[in-house]
Amino acid sequence: MSKKQIKLEARDINAYYGDFHALKGINVAMEEKTVTAFIGPSGCGKSTFLRIFNRMNDYIDGFKTEGEILLDGENIYAKNVLVDELRKRVGMVFQKPNPFPKSIYENVVYGLKIQGMSNKAALAEAAEKALHQAALWNEVKDNLNKSALALSGGQQQRLCIARALAISPSVLLMDEPASALDPISTAKIEELIHQLKEQYTIVIVTHNMQQAGRVSDTTAFFYMGELVEHAKTKTIFTNPKDKRTEDYITGRFG
Amino acid sequence: MNHLDKELLAIKDKVNEMWSLVEFQMLAGKDALLNGDEELLRKIIKRGKKVNAYDIKIDRMCENIFALYNPVAVDLRWLMAILKINANIERIGDSSEGIAQLIREANFPVDPELLETTRVLEMYDAAESMLADVQRAFYEENTELARDLIKRDKLLNKIHVKTDKVIIRYIQAHPDNINQSLKVSGIIRKLERIGDQITNIAEEIIFYVDAKVVKHKQKKKRGKDPQ
Ligand SMILES: Nc1ncnc2c1ncn2[C@@H]1O[C@H](COP(=O)(O)OP(=O)(O)OP(=O)(O)O)[C@@H](O)[C@H]1O
Ligand SMILES: [Mg+2]
Repeated sequence: MSKKQIKLEARDINAYYGDFHALKGINVAMEEKTVTAFIGPSGCGKSTFLRIFNRMNDYIDGFKTEGEILLDGENIYAKNVLVDELRKRVGMVFQKPNPFPKSIYENVVYGLKIQGMSNKAALAEAAEKALHQAALWNEVKDNLNKSALALSGGQQQRLCIARALAISPSVLLMDEPASALDPISTAKIEELIHQLKEQYTIVIVTHNMQQAGRVSDTTAFFYMGELVEHAKTKTIFTNPKDKRTEDYITGRFG
Repeated sequence: MNHLDKELLAIKDKVNEMWSLVEFQMLAGKDALLNGDEELLRKIIKRGKKVNAYDIKIDRMCENIFALYNPVAVDLRWLMAILKINANIERIGDSSEGIAQLIREANFPVDPELLETTRVLEMYDAAESMLADVQRAFYEENTELARDLIKRDKLLNKIHVKTDKVIIRYIQAHPDNINQSLKVSGIIRKLERIGDQITNIAEEIIFYVDAKVVKHKQKKKRGKDPQ
C-alpha cells in the first residue's frame, strides 16, 4: 500500500434501524485522494454505511449508530461536532439527479449562500470553478440562468456534483451516481471521478461491477450488514479471498 | 447453471476434443516409429490441420466471452489459463506433426540399437503418460497432480541433455547411419519440447485453481509449493 494518509476510518461501526441490526461491526480505513467502491447485493447496507460518513442517517427516527467515524483522525460522532460544519467537509451526490427548480447558477451557489457568502463576484467565481471541476462548464456557460430542470439527466447529475463541490469538501460520497444515466453520461461521470480524486477522497456505491473496476482504487464488498472483504480493486476482481465475494462478482450468488 | 457457465462449458468441451486429437497424434507417432506405418503418419499430419482449426475456434470463443461478459476472478483466471493451455496444446500438435515428418525421413526401420541407446521410446512413454495426466489434472482441477507433472518433466530433460553425446558415440560406431541418427536426435528434441509444453499447461492449471503463479521460477524450485 502507498504512504497516503488515512482520510476516513470506521471503527467498530454498528447501526440499527430500531431493532434491525443493519451494520455489524464494520472496520475500514480509506486513504486520502483515493476512490473506494462499495459493492454488494441490494439491502446489504451500502447506503446506510455511506450515509454514516456525513451523518445523513441522523434524520431517521429510531436510527442508532455505535462506534467511531474518524475524519482526518477526529470522530465525527463526538458530542462537540457540528453537523453543518461536517457537511461542508463531506459532500454527497445521490442516485437520482436532484437539482432544485432554480437556475443552474443558483443550484451551484446554493450551499455557499447558505453559508453566508454574498459577494457576487466571489460566488460567480466559485460557481465557475465548480462547474469546471464537474466538467459541465463548457455545456452551460452561456445559459447559467436557464432552469436546471431543462438539463439532460447526465448534465443534471454533473450539476449536482458541481453543487457538492462548490462548498469545497474534501470527501465526496456518491450513492449510485450513474445508475440512472446513459452510457455516455456514465462515462463522463467516471472520467470526472478519475479527475476529482486528485483533490478529493471519494466513496462510491455502485451496482455496476465494471464501474467499480474502472473507477476505484479499493473495493469493499458488503453482505447482510457485514463488510466481507476490502482490498485493492485489482485483487477483488482477479483473486478475491472470500468465496462470497467471488460468488457475488462472478454473478453466481445464492 | 447460468449462461456464462454454459459458455465456459462449451469451451471446455472444445478443449477436450482438441486434446483427444493431440493425444492421438502422440500415440500414433510412437506406433509409426516402431512399425513404419505410412498411413498413420499421413493421419498425424492431417490431424494437425484440425488441431489448428480448434486452436482458432477456442481463441474466438474466449474472445467473445471477454467482450460480452466482462469475466472476473476465477472466470477471468480460467479464461486466461485456457488461452495459454490452448496455445500449448496446439504446439504439442505441431511438435507431433514435426515428429511424424522426422519419422518419415528416418526411413523405416530405425536401427533398434539407436532407439535403445538414445532412450527415445522411454521419452515417448513418459511424454504420453504426462499428456494423459495433465488432461486429468485439468478436469479434476488437481493441482497436486499438476505439480507432480512439473517434476516428471525432469526425466525428459535429463534424457535430452545426454542425447548429443549418445548420438555422437552412435555415429562413431555406425558412420553409415548418420541420417537416422540426426532424425532420432530431432525427435528427442521435439519430445523434450512437448514435455515443456505439458509443464506450461500444468502451471496454468495451478494458476487458475490456486491463483498462484508458478511460471518463471528457477528450475530447481519448480514443482515445490511456491509459499
Ligand atoms: N429508513 C429505514 N428504516 C428501516 N430500515 C431501513 C431503512 N433504510 C434501510 N433499511 C434497511 O437496512 C438495510 C440496508 O439498507 P441500505 O439502503 O443501506 O441497503 P443498500 O445496500 O444501499 O441497498 P440497495 O443496493 O438496494 O440500495 C435493508 O435491509 C433495509 O431494508
Ligand atoms: Mg442503496
